[in-house]
Amino acid sequence: MLTIYNLHAKIEGRDILQGVNLVVPPGEIHAIMGPNGSGKSTLAHVLFGHPSYQVTDGTITFNGTDVQKMKPDARARLGMFLAFQRPVEVPGITAAHLLRAASQAKGDTPTSLKEFEDGLDAAFDRLHLDRAFATRSFNEGFSGGERKKMEVLAAVTLAPRLLVLDELDSGLDIDALRTVAEEVKRFVEEDASRSVLLITHYNRILKYLTPDVVHIFQSGVIERSGGAELAEHIEEHGYASA
Amino acid sequence: MPVRDTTTLAESATRYNFHMPENYAFTAEPGLTENVVCEMSAMKDEPKWMLDFRLSALRIYERKPMQPWGADLSDLDFDSIRYYIRPQDRQGKTWEDIPSEIKTTFDRLGIPQAEQKFLAGVGAQYESEVVYHSLHEKLRAQGVVFLDMDGGVREYPDLVREYFGKIIPPTDNKFAALNSAVWSGGSFVYVPKGVHVDLPLQAYFRINAQNVGQFERTLIIADEGSFVHYVEGCTAVSYSTDALHSAVVEIMVKKGARVRYTTVQNWSKNVYNLVTKRAHAYEEATMEWVDGNLGSKVTMKYPSVYLLGEGARGEVLSLAFAGNGQHQDAGGKMVHIAPHTSSLIVSKSVSQDAGRTSYRGLLRVLPKAHHVKSHVQCDALLLDEASRSDTYPTMKIENRDSSVGHEATVSKIGDEQMFYLQSRGLDETTAKALIVNGFIEPIVKEIPMEYATELNRLIQMNMEGSVG
Repeated sequence: MLTIYNLHAKIEGRDILQGVNLVVPPGEIHAIMGPNGSGKSTLAHVLFGHPSYQVTDGTITFNGTDVQKMKPDARARLGMFLAFQRPVEVPGITAAHLLRAASQAKGDTPTSLKEFEDGLDAAFDRLHLDRAFATRSFNEGFSGGERKKMEVLAAVTLAPRLLVLDELDSGLDIDALRTVAEEVKRFVEEDASRSVLLITHYNRILKYLTPDVVHIFQSGVIERSGGAELAEHIEEHGYASA
Repeated sequence: MPVRDTTTLAESATRYNFHMPENYAFTAEPGLTENVVCEMSAMKDEPKWMLDFRLSALRIYERKPMQPWGADLSDLDFDSIRYYIRPQDRQGKTWEDIPSEIKTTFDRLGIPQAEQKFLAGVGAQYESEVVYHSLHEKLRAQGVVFLDMDGGVREYPDLVREYFGKIIPPTDNKFAALNSAVWSGGSFVYVPKGVHVDLPLQAYFRINAQNVGQFERTLIIADEGSFVHYVEGCTAVSYSTDALHSAVVEIMVKKGARVRYTTVQNWSKNVYNLVTKRAHAYEEATMEWVDGNLGSKVTMKYPSVYLLGEGARGEVLSLAFAGNGQHQDAGGKMVHIAPHTSSLIVSKSVSQDAGRTSYRGLLRVLPKAHHVKSHVQCDALLLDEASRSDTYPTMKIENRDSSVGHEATVSKIGDEQMFYLQSRGLDETTAKALIVNGFIEPIVKEIPMEYATELNRLIQMNMEGSVG
């Protein structure tokens, strides 16, 4: 499904990614763990074609399609989704409006507005978010935790095949973390071909969302990969031991 | 906000720009002379006082220098303009009454359909004359008057004479003088005491021919405790030569009455739109201008409210969109004359593709106006480096016992916002349009749904024309 080969990327002349190799097969949950400044968020941005980063070498393919030259929206339409670490505000546009537009842009089978809104309502309920958020200006005045929940809500509404979660746990208290993790789990289990790439500094989210593979990311490369137990090892001994 | 409907944009793009044959009853030679004024007045069979008014205004116009501020009007060739074009000799009471090419025009603009669905009355102006007029029977029975201005002069001479040119005298500015000399068409509205007109009255202005000058003149009188919402729309056929639209709109809002005046201006990009709009608001009255300017080559328009009675309230919500070759010089004026009056001006402007917007506003509090509350907010959004936005706010506060606020922001669309929306699957144009729609939403939400949808579509259309 997602195959990254020898990926090098830089921003403002600084080399950040220095030969990343990663394969995320369908139906699997992978975690990328790494200390601050290791370049793991850069990886998320590069995966989605952020214009500030330049890819200098390597390839990214998604379901056999080379996505490297594609604009972010084309990648999204292939079924890639990035849940942002710091989601932006879009003043004056409601979540319902934005998600409906995104769903139409993706070319999803058209549903009636009523069906669409019912689907949103159900997702709001599962995420313990007030339904009123659907008709408020997108993310404006929302807390960090509410924004993160909105990201997951957007993800499950747009139903991507690959869900990349960038530091999902930051800004979430323990109850909210459990709620969003359960929602991601439900989403993955609903369709066996969906996969998740979790990018995280801490392993606390991994207690609720067990990864099939854990990758340790350091200095712009994946240094080591292993099973879920690798995350526990990091928790106990720190990244220096990896 | 409604989700955009399925009308294709290509369809919208050709929607306004179509020309119809000109089988007109009368077309004046280009240029403005006393003869033109006398001729049109005679054709309208006007009383002597109106001809005198016109001729005295013409002299004021000729004497008055062009204002030294505002948009660049140096390319406007007054001598090539045809100041009066009479499309037909009588006004239609039904759509079947009017010539088929004109009826087709308004059909294509969707006016009869809108009339059936959500309007209390319609006036349709084509070149210099109002060719069709209607008003719900129920409102007529309640004493509501909705006529074209020429009809107002004929049927309500006393009322018209009392107010015509009193709120905006010909001496006000050069273009008010010009309009006063050659005015034709526009609306005359009278709402009796306590009557609430629940559905909007709409006037639609269409320019079909080349080098037209359209000088509509509107007078609205809202008697005590009444309410009316007047909506105007305007479109024109696009030509390489310039056209001039110069209107005067005077509104009298009496004690406890409320008038809302909504404009969706979408002139083609060869039209100079130079308009004077002013309301007098008396005790506890409310005047609201909702002013949307998308089209035209140059617009200069600053709807104003003179707050003359205690507790009066004025509002201007101004929206401007300027693309390549356009300058929208818009804003609002509030003059607080009586105590305990309040006002709000909100201006949102968007410029793209070397387009230019200017906010120009006046807030004036006179010495006797104590306990005034006023707030002015102007926000500009620039879609690219080549675009430009300026603000020219003037404040003259002569009573210390007033609370006045002013905020202005200029922003650009951020890379992170664009990346976020694109990563949701929206292409660049759609993402930009979404941000723009959100930016103007505080104003669009004040506009009736039918027009709001149209407005959003127009903006999207303008943006698609620009982003390769």
